[in-house]
Amino acid sequence: MLAVENLHVNYGAIKALQNVSCRVEAGEIVALIGANGAGKTTILNAVSGIVPARSGRISFEGEEITGAPPHEIVRRGISQVPEGRRVFARMSVLENLEMGAYTRSDRQGVKREMERVFALFPRLAERRKQPARTLSGGEQQMLAMGRALMSTPRLLLLDEPSMGLAPMLVEKIFEIVREINGAGTTIMLVEQNASMALAIATRAYVLETGACVLQGKASELAADPQVRSAYLGE
Amino acid sequence: MLLQQLINGIALGSVYALIALGYTMVYGIIALINFAHGEIFMAGAFVGLIAVTRFHLNIFLAMLAAMAVCTVMGVVIERIAYRPLRRSSRLSALISAIGVSIFLSSLALMLFGADAKPFPDTAFPVRQIHMAGAEISSLQLLIIGVSALLMLGLEFIVRRTKIGKAMRAVSEDYQTAALMGIDVNRVISFTFAIGSALAGAGGVLVGLLFNAVSFNMGLMAGLKAFAAAVLGGIGSIPGAMLGGLFLGVTEVLGVAAGYSSYRDAIAFAILILVLLVKPTGLLGRAIQKKV
Repeated sequence: MLAVENLHVNYGAIKALQNVSCRVEAGEIVALIGANGAGKTTILNAVSGIVPARSGRISFEGEEITGAPPHEIVRRGISQVPEGRRVFARMSVLENLEMGAYTRSDRQGVKREMERVFALFPRLAERRKQPARTLSGGEQQMLAMGRALMSTPRLLLLDEPSMGLAPMLVEKIFEIVREINGAGTTIMLVEQNASMALAIATRAYVLETGACVLQGKASELAADPQVRSAYLGE
Repeated sequence: MLLQQLINGIALGSVYALIALGYTMVYGIIALINFAHGEIFMAGAFVGLIAVTRFHLNIFLAMLAAMAVCTVMGVVIERIAYRPLRRSSRLSALISAIGVSIFLSSLALMLFGADAKPFPDTAFPVRQIHMAGAEISSLQLLIIGVSALLMLGLEFIVRRTKIGKAMRAVSEDYQTAALMGIDVNRVISFTFAIGSALAGAGGVLVGLLFNAVSFNMGLMAGLKAFAAAVLGGIGSIPGAMLGGLFLGVTEVLGVAAGYSSYRDAIAFAILILVLLVKPTGLLGRAIQKKV
């Protein structure tokens, strides 16, 4: 479904990604794990088109999307939940969701999707008129996820959904990620919380300083002694 | 007497507000002080004048023509003078804006000459209307009415329409707005279009109010409107409206109190005073550093 081949990304003189390749097949949850600054977010942002690739190729459903503008990529069926939620703080919950549906013009589809989001996150329905800044961290995460679902993406990019949340909420969020995946949305997940990520993922890639060092089935990586000592705190 | 001065002040202040909105919207969306905005306002006044004198249009059609031409100007200026510099330092775009401003006023000097030109008396018949011990002229009514209508229209666009909501999203966080599928460049063009249209209407109204249109009218009006935008809190739309009215009223009251030679100083004295007490302006938000 998504193929990233030999991707290089630079931020000025800093080499953020060097020759990274990864794939996501339809229906999977693919996790990218690794330390801070390993380049996980950069991969998502390159796929979303908000950081330019210096070289390499990104294709989605067989068509090349390298260098396409972000709005074109959303239109093709990829949406992102950015790191740190980044909800529009001064806009209402409803308006945030409307922004997620910006690319579509089918009112019926938008309505249906909004009902689906409210069913998934009943809290958001209760607070639809409130400005997003008045929501708690967990609710903001739900809003950011609901907002990304509004375009009915086929591939959802999730960047650190557990960041800054209490353990109980983290479990809840991961349950919902699984539910979204179960409903047919393919997911690419960036996570610092490697044990949670490996628990729900089909496959995973381990990144270190801008390069992919390990990959495999999530269950195999979770059993790998190297991964266990470096990322699972054992 | 006070009522009379209030009416005069509100009429003048509504025009300041119209122009201030363009500064504040552009600043809100790309953090650029668009120094050429005053010259767009001046161009609007000339288009209105030409529409009335050469094409014998009535004042409302002339205003629409001014708004249309200014819309195009605003979009074109952004496209050629600011967009290529979007990724450079903010100072480069600012200098580019000053350049456009000087270019436009020099161009107007070349095309129309140095003397101020009046609107013909037939452009808008001025009548005095008595009410509650004060006089309001039909021109003041026109100014207040048109400004109020345009500001209501703007409020509607920003609160209710898809593109208006996209403007708010881009001004909060343009990168996340792009992730939503919003074409940020289009939204920026749209912002310039709206702000410039308001300035165009303002130009015609000011041309009528002072009965003078000149190549350098954009400088002082632009500075004062900019002061109004900062006074209200730059980036805030209601702030620009409030700042414009506040500035207009105090300026007129100052003149009425006998300080007419300090007319232009009043605006800036108020600006300094307000910023000393509240650095973010009347309705401005404290700027939060993103982590």
